Amino acid sequence: MADVSLRKVVKRYDEVEAVRGIDLDIADHEFVVLVGPSGCGKSTTLRMIAGLEDISDGDIMIGGDVVNDVPPKDRDIAMVFQNYALYPHMTVAENMSFGLRLKHYPKAEIKSRVTEAARMLDITDLIDRKPKQLSGGQRQRVAMGRAIVRNPKVFLFDEPLSNLDAKLRVQMRIEIKKVHQKVRTTTVYVTHDQVEAMTLADRVVVMNYGKIEQIGTPNELYHKPATRFVASFIGSPAMNFVPCRLEEVGGKLNVRLTDRRAFPLPPTRAARYQAISRTDKLLLGLRPEHVMEARPHAEPGVEPFDAVLDVTEPMGMETLVYFTLEGSQLCGRVSPNAGAQDGSPLRLAVDLNNMHLLNEVTGAVL
Amino acid sequence: MSMVTIDKSGPTRKVKYGSMSRDRTWALRWSYFFLTLFAVFSLVPPFYMLITSLKGSAEISAATNPWWVYHPTFENYIQLLTSNQFLRFFWNSAWVSIIVVTITMLISVPAAFALARMKFWGSATLATGVFLTYLIPDSLLFIPLFKMFAVFGDWTGIQLVNRWYVLLFIYPTLTVPFCTWIMIGYFASIPKELDEAAIIDGASWFQTLTRIFIPVALPGLIAATIFAFTVSWAQFLYPLVFTTSTDQLVLPVGIITTLIKGDVFNWGQIMTGALLGAAPPLIIYAFLMDYYIAGLTAGATKG
Repeated sequence: MADVSLRKVVKRYDEVEAVRGIDLDIADHEFVVLVGPSGCGKSTTLRMIAGLEDISDGDIMIGGDVVNDVPPKDRDIAMVFQNYALYPHMTVAENMSFGLRLKHYPKAEIKSRVTEAARMLDITDLIDRKPKQLSGGQRQRVAMGRAIVRNPKVFLFDEPLSNLDAKLRVQMRIEIKKVHQKVRTTTVYVTHDQVEAMTLADRVVVMNYGKIEQIGTPNELYHKPATRFVASFIGSPAMNFVPCRLEEVGGKLNVRLTDRRAFPLPPTRAARYQAISRTDKLLLGLRPEHVMEARPHAEPGVEPFDAVLDVTEPMGMETLVYFTLEGSQLCGRVSPNAGAQDGSPLRLAVDLNNMHLLNEVTGAVL
Repeated sequence: MSMVTIDKSGPTRKVKYGSMSRDRTWALRWSYFFLTLFAVFSLVPPFYMLITSLKGSAEISAATNPWWVYHPTFENYIQLLTSNQFLRFFWNSAWVSIIVVTITMLISVPAAFALARMKFWGSATLATGVFLTYLIPDSLLFIPLFKMFAVFGDWTGIQLVNRWYVLLFIYPTLTVPFCTWIMIGYFASIPKELDEAAIIDGASWFQTLTRIFIPVALPGLIAATIFAFTVSWAQFLYPLVFTTSTDQLVLPVGIITTLIKGDVFNWGQIMTGALLGAAPPLIIYAFLMDYYIAGLTAGATKG
């Protein structure tokens, strides 16, 4: 077990910079998820930690040692691939023990480790089967087993659940979390699925265009996003953005969407945004759960308005409503009893106590 | 497998064949027609050889029905199989083929692995180059090659021309490029993650090749082996040019040079020799084909 550190790590392919200077510290036992859209450099970063890609610049440290030029086999890491990468001609047991056999571990030791890992992953019955006799989920377990038996310093997961169907993905997600709770090995996990990132990670690293946008716990990222990218990437359905600016009327701050519509800011928010220039082009960020049906006795900061719904999506425990507010498409979450119907009007409210204000030009959350 | 008829239509509905199944029926009929035609076409010559090999020389030259044996005899077989000369040809052929196959595999498998996986400067050009060398026909190559060995003999005093083992240097020029090319294709079809997993598991390049790539690409390896064996066994031009003494000849050349004396063709023995010569590749195909096809289908059904 060990910590992993990246210092100004850069990866260049000819002209293109895939990873553009990454600093990241992963503590011992920590489960860190790299998440971002495809092409953001998350997989490249993982492969550089694994040693499968050379780094163009910077340093990578595992357990305090710089491993820039250490070959993968001497880095003491284990990796789980998206397509499992099981050796098709070997049985499950042989697949899992391949690394140990190469290192000439004693037979008894290998057997006990494989048995233990198989028990942990609930694949004891499959130990003598070939990969082609296994289902996708079982193959993924074997791939994890192969990593566990090595007892490495670091686990690396490269989109391990992308090949599974939705139901199995949820199940394996829990499985991976359980395994990490048992073995507590430092883990770096790459995914493009923000739900996977949120549910698995101790800390999430959001990447975009080869750079880190924000590092934080799932809750920090959700409630205190640093940039527009993070705000829109984390959370589903995504955060709503409405162009706006601040104005001061009679000593009170309003957020003005258009000439026709403005909402007064609640006192706590007003104090926070006081310093922002009144002429800046801003974006009002509201998560769908903060756009709900209007109630008779509204709390302070909850501002009602009338909307005509374009589309409604009944999800069972809630109904998602889509409508246009001052030229922007918005999504809200209302109670299934609120009477939301396609094309019909509904009185909604925005909860400005949970609003975000972003600079439209820089994308920074203010 | 037991035949089970499943009636997909309801009990009252009359079974109607759509255009799809009619197309399929016709496609099947045509394919059977052409397959039969082709099978007959290619099986008639060996059948004629078999008939002739069972006749005495008197019956061959007699004006009887050439497609029937009236007085079957094993005389030709006995004569050839007890002739030291013929057995010598057989052994020469066998040795040359076995050693050439071994050399070919020892060169082309690592070469293909390097060209398919270790991206180094010029590896793509080199891979194409390997294939291009295969495109040069042996009828163009044999004169410069002969000259090369003759000059080599003059310079060093090591005489290779007219020794059966000179063929061990020459046949690989035919087999290595093609086998390398086949193996590049097979190795390239193995997912990249498989060798990355092996590398992370601690395997060296050599261990990745021997413990992952060779077992996984076994069907391809067998195909390449069969090819190399067939080419070496059936090669005619090179041994005709490079070997002349009867004790150095391989089977195809030996049959032609010793069983045709002037304008006298010993047809019975020529046919027998050709049949016996065709037997080893046939046996190898028969045994390895099953395994080959099993390997192919196993790969095909893998998810």
